[in-house]
Amino acid sequence: MPNNPIKSIIQFYYDGFKSMTIGKTLWTIIIIKLFIMFFILKLFFFPDLLKKNFKNDSERSRHVLEQLTNKK
Amino acid sequence: MIDSLDISVVSWSKAQFALTAMYHWIFVPLTLGLAFIIAFMETLYVKTGDEEWKKITKYWMTLFGINFAIGIATGIILEFEFGTNWSNYSWFVGDIFGAPLAIEGIMAFFMETTFIAVMFFGWNKVSKRFHLISTWLVAIGANLSALWILVANAWMQYPAGMHFNPDTVRNEMVNFWEVLFSPVAVNKFLHTITSSFLLASVFVIGISAWYMLKGRHILLAKRSIIIASVFGLISSVFVGFTGDGSAIEVAHKQPMKLAAMEGLYKGSEGVGLIAIGMPTPGKVYNDNKDPYIFKIQIPKMLSILGYHDKDAFVPGITDIIDGGYTYKNKNGEEVVAPSTAQKIEKGKLAIQALADYTTSSAEGNKEMMAYHKNILNENFEYFGYGYLKDPASTIPNVPLVFYSFRVMVGLGLLFIVFFGLILFLVLEKNLEQKRWLLKTSIFMIPLAYLASQAGWIVAEVGRQPWVIQDILPTSAAVSNIGVGAVQVTFFLFFIIFTILLIAELKIMFKQIKLGPKEGGN
Repeated sequence: MPNNPIKSIIQFYYDGFKSMTIGKTLWTIIIIKLFIMFFILKLFFFPDLLKKNFKNDSERSRHVLEQLTNKK
Repeated sequence: MIDSLDISVVSWSKAQFALTAMYHWIFVPLTLGLAFIIAFMETLYVKTGDEEWKKITKYWMTLFGINFAIGIATGIILEFEFGTNWSNYSWFVGDIFGAPLAIEGIMAFFMETTFIAVMFFGWNKVSKRFHLISTWLVAIGANLSALWILVANAWMQYPAGMHFNPDTVRNEMVNFWEVLFSPVAVNKFLHTITSSFLLASVFVIGISAWYMLKGRHILLAKRSIIIASVFGLISSVFVGFTGDGSAIEVAHKQPMKLAAMEGLYKGSEGVGLIAIGMPTPGKVYNDNKDPYIFKIQIPKMLSILGYHDKDAFVPGITDIIDGGYTYKNKNGEEVVAPSTAQKIEKGKLAIQALADYTTSSAEGNKEMMAYHKNILNENFEYFGYGYLKDPASTIPNVPLVFYSFRVMVGLGLLFIVFFGLILFLVLEKNLEQKRWLLKTSIFMIPLAYLASQAGWIVAEVGRQPWVIQDILPTSAAVSNIGVGAVQVTFFLFFIIFTILLIAELKIMFKQIKLGPKEGGN
């Protein structure tokens, strides 16, 4: 093990990942899953509506106020 | 605006949230419980130096890793849904929901990147003691991580430690400790984690039983069963105690949920608990139909469970809607319950006061601002009722809550007997001969998941129509979006999560069939 603590940590993770067997399948699943979640679902299907549609908190609170108080 | 919302947006958004939460909860309880079981096993390895314990620990750690990896980040979807489907709610709850979730996120990140890495990669690289500490920290950290989510959920069931700011239209936390240590939060946390310990114990016993039936890895199976049955027995008894605590909280803070759990329409003093029964389909709160097709009742038990008093009055659904009975309010004072119609009127007053406050604020009329704020504060505890069309809309789905409650409690009692029996037989060295019990142990695994999911159905369906108890119904919390978008994402999630579940099961089954890599014989 190298003496430099940062190198030691990197080496620790490197050796850990390298020696994985079933872990490689799991990491593949994790990476695919995170990609689908953050780069497909979040980007295309789940916008934060208040952040996306309004510039600041004042506009956001006004919008929610309208939603909560304006009844037809 | 809310009145013009298509009700199906609410229904689909609720269905989507339920679907993602239920899938998420398939993975979480096993992580919470198995982490402790592994920590116990590794502690025995460090204490005794017996290499067999190390092999056993590593084997269960592999199954823990599979479950953890597949389940990781499935909860993030729920946060996506808050921003898209429930934007009114997200804004309205403000930092009360955000703070616990942020703490959870930070804790989970540090735990996952540091101690789980040591747990899996650190064998032979760090000292035995440091490895053991890491394993314990993973177990404690995972459960503390769950604490923050459960605190946020408990706040929705019993809003405490906050005040509503009409200028920002947000609830603001005024007392962190009241939020963290609200009796609902404490009970919910303890009940949830101990039920997760129970589930993980059943999982370990079930798989170990399969090895015994196959005549493989007998020592691993026996030792695992001893650990899991002791842990499971203690946990299942504790689940009973915390369930009792939850019943008290529900009786006092969510009486409609308790009434739905029992299918109780007309309350009285000294109410019995329905042990077995069938609610009458199509029963409405103000008709004359018998609430049950049949029932077997334990006399006075509901009064005892809800109030620890055999003669206590338990209000039924009709009583809660009509009001007029006395109960203890938040300050412990005996007061007469208002009718739901009165609460709806107060809610409408509060909503109008909020609108008028904003108008006065825009005009800079401080006197009128104070006047409207006062009306808002006086009626805020019923704010959400102002969105309801009629009193009947405060009644949750009674049959679903009724049956789910019985599934949860019935299986909970069965698990106590199961753990006791398994522990007795394994200590008597007689378990291997009881092949029927070994086979039953395998079938107990899906039952443990069923009980766990049923518990959440009771907690969440039982509090409908509220997203925040009495303050915000789902119809007001939902975003003004098209139903098509929600339907698309519902099915998208359904497909993705089903694939994930199949992947987990396939990998898990394969690993179980393979058995421990290094010994475990």
